[in-house]
Formats: sequence, C-alpha cells, structure tokens
Amino acid sequence: MALAPASRSRLPGFHLSLGLTLLWVGLLVLLPLAALVLKAATASPAQVLAVAASPRVLASLRLSLLASLAAALVNLGAGTLLAWVLVRYQPPGSGLLDALVDLPFALPTAVAGIALTRIYMADGWVGRHLPFRVAFTPVGVFVALVFIGLPFVVRTVQPVLMDLPPEEEEAAACLGASRTRILLRVVLPHLRPALVTGFALALARGMGEYGSVIFISANLPFRTEIPPLLIVSRLEQYDYLGATVIACMLLVISFLLLFLLQILQRGGRAVRHG
Amino acid sequence: MADVNEGGPPGRYAPSSSPLVLPHGMPGPSPGIPSQARRPLARTEPRAVRVAAILLVLVYLAGFLLLPLAAVFCEALAQGWRVYLAALREPEAWAALRLSLTATLAAVTLNTSFGLAAGWLLGKFQFPGRRLLGTLIDLPFAVSPVVAGLMFMLIFGAQGWLGPWLIARDIRIAFALPGIVLATSFVTFPFVARELAPVFQAAGGEQEEAARMLGASGWQIFWRVSLPGARWGLAYGVILCSARAMGEFGAVSVVSGHIRGLTDTLPLHIEALYNEYQFSAAFACASLLSLTALLTVGLKAWVGRRRNEGPPQPRSAA
Repeated sequence: MALAPASRSRLPGFHLSLGLTLLWVGLLVLLPLAALVLKAATASPAQVLAVAASPRVLASLRLSLLASLAAALVNLGAGTLLAWVLVRYQPPGSGLLDALVDLPFALPTAVAGIALTRIYMADGWVGRHLPFRVAFTPVGVFVALVFIGLPFVVRTVQPVLMDLPPEEEEAAACLGASRTRILLRVVLPHLRPALVTGFALALARGMGEYGSVIFISANLPFRTEIPPLLIVSRLEQYDYLGATVIACMLLVISFLLLFLLQILQRGGRAVRHG
Repeated sequence: MADVNEGGPPGRYAPSSSPLVLPHGMPGPSPGIPSQARRPLARTEPRAVRVAAILLVLVYLAGFLLLPLAAVFCEALAQGWRVYLAALREPEAWAALRLSLTATLAAVTLNTSFGLAAGWLLGKFQFPGRRLLGTLIDLPFAVSPVVAGLMFMLIFGAQGWLGPWLIARDIRIAFALPGIVLATSFVTFPFVARELAPVFQAAGGEQEEAARMLGASGWQIFWRVSLPGARWGLAYGVILCSARAMGEFGAVSVVSGHIRGLTDTLPLHIEALYNEYQFSAAFACASLLSLTALLTVGLKAWVGRRRNEGPPQPRSAA
C-alpha cells in the first residue's frame, strides 16, 4: 500500500504534516535514543557487568522499584476514592478540589522536594508528630512519590466514572444485590482498565522521578540513593559509559513494567468485551 | 495515548496508538464536574459512608497538597518581607528567572509547531505506521528526565558525538541555552500533540468538507475551520507544556552545567540556594514557582470548563 491516507483523504496537508512530524520525532526523540543505545553498545560485557552488578546500583534499583510500587498502590486507593467523591458525592467546593488535584503536576519537582523535606524533617510540621523518621530515609522517597503520583489515577478513573451508565447499577439494586456487591461486581469491572492505566502512569513516573526525591532522600549510598541520582553522579565524574549503562537498565525496567501492565490491561479488556 | 483516556467521551480521544502507556505527564484532561440532578438511591451509599469518604478525601488533600504549599510560603516569609524581597531582587535569581522563561518560551514554541503538525497528521489521516508514530511521540513520557539529559550529553557533550566538532568551532550547546532548550523540549515533547490529535479527530469533519467544497484552500481550511475548532485543546496542551517546561529539573540539571547566573534555571537556582543552606532565599524563589503553578492549575480548570461547555464550534470561514 502506498503511503496515502485511507480515510478523509481529501483533506490537505498529509505530506507536509508527515514530513514535519517525522523531522521532529527523528531529531528530538530517535537521535538521542540512538545516541544512548550506541553508547551502551560500545561497552564490553565486563564493563556492563561491573556497573550492573555493583551493589550500589542494585540497591538503588530495588529502592526505586519498591518505593514506586508502594506509592502507586497508595495512589490507586486514594485516587479511586478521590475520583469517586468528586464525581458521585460532589461536596461543596468540589470544583476547587478538582483543580487542586493537578497541583503535583504543575508544581516544579524541586519545589515539591524542598517543601516536603521541610515538612517531614524531624522538627517539621508533620515530622515532629511522627514516631519514626521520614525525611532522609527510604520512607521519604515513598512520600515524595506518593505526592508526585497523585493526579494520575484520579484523572484516568474520573472520566470513566462520569460516563458510567446508571442502568446497570439500578438493575443490580432492583435484583436485590447489596451496595457492596454492586460496587465490587458491577462498578469495579468497568473501572479496571482505567485503574491499571493510572497505576502504570504513576509507577513509571515514580521510577524516573528525580527532582522531588533527591532533597527528601539525602542520597545516602545503599540506603536512599535512586538510579537517576547515580546517573548524575557518574556524569559528574565524566563516567559517561557507566551512566549510560545505568540509564539503559532503568529504561528497560520501566518499559518491561509498562509492557506487563499493558498485557494485564489487554486481558481485562478481553474479559470485559468478550 | 488511547489507554490514558480509556472510557472517555466517545470520539473525543484518539484511538489506539501506543502499546506503551507513557507517563511523566498529565493523564488526560480534567473532565470538570457536571451537575448531577438526580441521585437515585440505587447509585449511592449510606449517608455515613458518604460523609466519611468526603472527610477522608479532604484530610488527605489538605495534608498532602496544601501543607507543602503552605510550607513554601511560610518558609519564604520566615525571616520577614525584607529578606523575601531581597532574595527575589538578587541578580542571580533574575538571571535564573529570565533563563527559565526563555527556555520555556522556546520549548513551547517548538513543541506547539510540532504538535500542530503531529496532531493534524494523527487526527486526520490513517496510514501505515500510525500506531508506531504515536508510541514514538509518547516515548519521552516514559524516559526519566535525567536519562533524557544524558542522551543530549552523549550527542553534544565534550565526550559526545558532536562534542569535539562543536568545541573546535566554539559552538556551545551543552552547558548553554541550546542544550537547556533541547532537554526541556524533549521532556515536554508529547503534550501539545497528544491534546490536539483527538480534538482534530473528533471535530470539524463536516465543516472542513463544506469549506473544501466552497473552494477553500488547504491553508484556509486549517487556519479558519480546523484550528478555531481545536482552540481549547491547543490551549490545554500549551498550558501543560509550559507548566512542565518552567519546572523541569532533572533533564536541565544534567545539561546545564550549573553555571551560576548563566545556565542555572530557576529550579536549579533553588537547588543551589538550598544546598548552601540559604533556606529563606530558596523558598522565596520557590514561592514564585508555586504562584505560577497555582496560576496554571486555575487556568487549566478554566479552560477545561470552557471546553466542556459543548462540542467545539468552529467559526464560519467568512
């Protein structure tokens, strides 16, 4: 088949927009990605192993993975509840609440980082009331990622909830199902794809996050270091190859997680429509 | 792309494009709150549950969102207005603010021009490889900002592909404005495109057809029919893109080289101040960015509301 648009073909601008899009994607996405892959390809297996198997790198990947998973799980619960309250209960001022949900996205990560650190420090507003330390511990990394990930689940679940047809719930109620049963058996299956997507978004964002984490974590080797920080410190020592290997590991893990969740979502969708 | 908006209003979002769901950005538009006149008993919970859920949400939002925001302003003003204003009058803070604004303007311009082309392409045409292209456009959302910065250092850095060639000709890209703009553009690359593609797809088919029959040229159709119909989507994308660009930290931190007063953007300047224990000054600069963030959130809510008032109505091509 020739490279011609199949539908709405009489609209102009196909070749122009295709050319411009390919130009930008090529220059700004593919070229940098190629630079990373080609650089990684120059590493000998021994060099890759030396970086990839170093306890410090492994510890940082483990922390990142665990903290991102835990934070995404918290946001899965809190985000669903938030979306539910915003769509179904609509308390007074819900317009304001709805707008506030975007704050973690709009607030620069460095600002979020120093503000959270200040609050959760031992003498901070929240930190002084807690029996355990948050700032400068792995828990701090988790707190920062919960903050950053807040909007994702809310914004994916909210539109689905708004479009949910009332008939199914009403029918289930007429047939005598309890409210809990309706929520679990009627509403939840509809929300499942959106929940998985929101979880995936929050998780991947957490894996790559840098600005909000580095302040509250204090970057203690083996304890609170995250992979992006290791990349930065390798770069500061002009160890480009080491930085590239860590970057590739991080990318591969993120892509694998997203891929797994995508498969999970496909499965859910097949059940729903099949 | 599609998966983010799974279940959204039919036709408002682009259909399947990316097998990977790509984050770091804003998941879809905030749908706003429609008034729900009837609330049949079958669709709601007992009053006690409702009240408890609302209270829980309020406490969570207050603790997690408002407290950090309040902390920024309290810390900024902890040593009084004089110190606060003095921190904002520092020449280095001004230079950082100017650099941030310049880089944001450049990245938003670049990504808007790209987003218009890509949105038009993905929204109006079916062609082989469309899905793959959508994935590639979303890709920056799945890449850690620090890794994005590293990629550009591998091309333009002193040890990079073009490094020696650029140094020989005294062209500065890494550790200078062009590098900062490139890194920022990469991180904010998908925003405008992914907002515009579904809007272009959903709106204006008949009007465009009519304009074409009446003899309008391609550019006339684009500027007078399609673009006005997509104006709120465009505004949305530009708002999201600017917010991210203004606050970008990880990617810029890698390519900027941290030269005080020259290549420090405002977020990097905040980091430098904070690491020197100049907390009041750091939080004073942070308060500026927090105000920008509040403005962004407000604008986004306003645009979202305008957008939900009805399907976009293109102006007549008179």
